[in-house]
Amino acid sequence: MPDLAIFGFGPGGWGLALLEGAAMTLLVSACGLLVGAAIGGLVAWARLSGRRLAGAVGEAYAALFRGLPELLIVYFVYFGTSTLLTETAALIGHEGFIGVPAFAAGALAVGVISGAYQAEVYRAAFLAIARGELEAAVSVGMNRALMARRIILPQVLRFALPGLGNLWQVALKDSSLISVTGLTELMRVSQVGAGSTHRPFAFYLGGAVLYLVMTVITTRIFDVAEARATRGMRRAAA
Amino acid sequence: MDLDFISRSFVRLMSALPLTLAVWFLSVVLGALIAAGVTWLRVSGVKPFELFARAYVLVFRGTPLLIQLFIVYYGLASLPAVRASFVWPVLRDAFNCAVLSLALCTAAYQAEIFRGALLAVPPGQVEAARACGMSGLLLFRRAIFPIAMRHALPPYSTEMISMVKATALVSLVTLWDVMSVALKIRNDTLVTYLPLILAGAIYFVVNYAIGAGFLALERRLTPHLRSRPA
Repeated sequence: MPDLAIFGFGPGGWGLALLEGAAMTLLVSACGLLVGAAIGGLVAWARLSGRRLAGAVGEAYAALFRGLPELLIVYFVYFGTSTLLTETAALIGHEGFIGVPAFAAGALAVGVISGAYQAEVYRAAFLAIARGELEAAVSVGMNRALMARRIILPQVLRFALPGLGNLWQVALKDSSLISVTGLTELMRVSQVGAGSTHRPFAFYLGGAVLYLVMTVITTRIFDVAEARATRGMRRAAA
Repeated sequence: MDLDFISRSFVRLMSALPLTLAVWFLSVVLGALIAAGVTWLRVSGVKPFELFARAYVLVFRGTPLLIQLFIVYYGLASLPAVRASFVWPVLRDAFNCAVLSLALCTAAYQAEIFRGALLAVPPGQVEAARACGMSGLLLFRRAIFPIAMRHALPPYSTEMISMVKATALVSLVTLWDVMSVALKIRNDTLVTYLPLILAGAIYFVVNYAIGAGFLALERRLTPHLRSRPA
């Protein structure tokens, strides 16, 4: 590939478009991770609640969305939410098709997938809290909200960080599937560039390099955060 | 939503299952072979080999499979040098490209599983085997492999299931797998949920069967870890 001008920032260069695509990828993955945190938190709570029905529902959610192809979930969420919205609008008298914005559908799809895995991470993190700390909190008279804020959440987040770092990487890579809905994230920009310049090899390779840079840098950030969060803890076999 | 439509859709989807399973099986087997090579380089103790294996794992695990697949299928096919070379008869076919790129990707994950399993073999076992005079292949076959394989089984089953899910991506390179048939039915009939739900059910059952199979295998191979009947 001698001609690198296509990745430049001048006229006819795709540098800016690719960087914007990369920014969109980061944004939609981050939103997906947050949606997944909400879903995962709820599912973990349901499974830990001790109630049979809630536990079964939580378990079924995790099993189902970990057993389905990610691409199928992306299509299902994208087509499904649009159909749902159109039909609901028809009930209140609105005519015609309403499409859900690709960004919202994409973030939701990534979140639905990520949530199924995050639930397990949060559950394990909660179970890693020493029982005595919870008993101590109760014995000094903390109510549930205060105990959650002071004792449970800080430790759950600390224990969950390594798992969340992995899931962030997964979300970042899953977000490439959203390109099928037309959202102009990095994968989609690479496709458009490949199509309009007839240089697919250069564009997909360039896209892959940007993905790699993003995963390496963000993984590093998670490593630093983990080191910070556990700086007060003893390490086994230092 | 009539039963006739459901059964017709189901039959159409099932007719695409062999292709999905073929892509899965071939890429997993080819991937295991590549992974064995990568693991061997990784633990070889030779610095350049080790660096290569590390870079391989980083690149294939750090980028989305979709873009890897597109590099192989659309990217390589666009290069005149590839078209003129001896690999072109292999790479001109979407099926081969799909298997190759899925295999390259799973190899990176499998290599990490193999490496973890090798590290979990207690050094004492290897020393004992050496003390009995075993070395090389015999040492690997009798001492290292049986222990490492048992450690590798649980993560390996997870990776097998991930690969079934990953095969859905081949619908984007013109292959008629379960995913693309589901989209075709949706396109033709404008029924939103049903084709995708049926396809999802097929994938789920396949994954469940694979998971159950590995669990049974694990149980069979670790009778010594089971608690004794009271």
